[in-house]
Amino acid sequence: MHARADASDTAPNWPDDIFVTLQRFDVRQVPYVPDAGHSKLIQRVLGSSTMRGIPLTTEEEGVALLAGAWTGGQRGVLLMQSSGVGNCINMLSLIPILRFPFLTLVTMRGEWGEFNPWQVPMGSTTQGVFELSGVKVLRSSNAAEVPAVLEAAAAQAYNALTPTAVLLSQRLIGAKVFTK
Amino acid sequence: MSKANLLDRRNVVSALLANRNDVVAIGGLGASTNDITAAGDHARNFYLWGGMGGAAMIGLGLALAQPKLPVLVITGDGEMLMGMGSLATIGLQKPSNLSIVVLDNEAYGETGGQTSHTSAAADLVGVARACGIADSRAISTMAEVEAFAKAVHDLSAGPRFANVKIDGASVERILPSRDGTYIVNRIRGDLGFQPI
Repeated sequence: MHARADASDTAPNWPDDIFVTLQRFDVRQVPYVPDAGHSKLIQRVLGSSTMRGIPLTTEEEGVALLAGAWTGGQRGVLLMQSSGVGNCINMLSLIPILRFPFLTLVTMRGEWGEFNPWQVPMGSTTQGVFELSGVKVLRSSNAAEVPAVLEAAAAQAYNALTPTAVLLSQRLIGAKVFTK
Repeated sequence: MSKANLLDRRNVVSALLANRNDVVAIGGLGASTNDITAAGDHARNFYLWGGMGGAAMIGLGLALAQPKLPVLVITGDGEMLMGMGSLATIGLQKPSNLSIVVLDNEAYGETGGQTSHTSAAADLVGVARACGIADSRAISTMAEVEAFAKAVHDLSAGPRFANVKIDGASVERILPSRDGTYIVNRIRGDLGFQPI
């Protein structure tokens, strides 16, 4: 079992804020590899009549899926954990080549009180990998700023075709703790 | 390389696209994208020159966005092996308008003809079926190719998958546009979407 060392007692509302923003931007396809930090948002997506949640076997599938969705006239967003960013690297080359709107929301591990050393290497390079791959990075570290960050990210991704990743920091989602 | 009784890749792809009507066709990285070009350039052809392993997922995104259009992915064994997990993703979503054809020459033809996993062990039809794509066919005759080409237009019975054993002989390179934005925007325009 695990506890969230830094989480509030009540269920967080920021995933609802994200869902509402995605809905307003007419996001239709939501590929994801599950992460605990995304669980509430995934529930909202799977319960939505306008969005389709699409579980992936690996994150790079989601990049290719969003290219196809856009070609067919739909917007999408990729949900993943920081470890999954590494799985995407070559497929990220589709974004500048095909020039489709790319928005991804990444729950962070390997930072802010991480207990698991295995999460740290990829968590430490997540932002750099995106930047080297031509994806702009925005970060959200507290619940109050989530709506504004999501609004900015969705606007630049969908309106300006600026590939954008929002890193949802471990400080926001709460550090995972398995230790005794 | 050449074995007896194996199908010619260009004949297979020509037959798949002969009566294409409104089909959107996606060609996987490698010779498959050239085969689609050889069958005739078309506003609804999605040519891949990279993103190895992504062809089937591009097909899934398109098929979900356009459920009333037949979407046909034509790719090679190496490209499909790299994206094998996407068969599980497609088997879960079950888009009834998506068809996938693997042109299986049991080799990485573009890189010197090194043998692929399908030459000795991997059974992609078995993988597709086990991933939930019930209509998964091993094809070895042109009659079966033609039957599959007809099935592509049945939007109620997919997803479907076919592995076609083809002759490994190299054929003339017939190259499509390499401009990704042109390729995507041409398809979007043909589907009635405006530029942003």
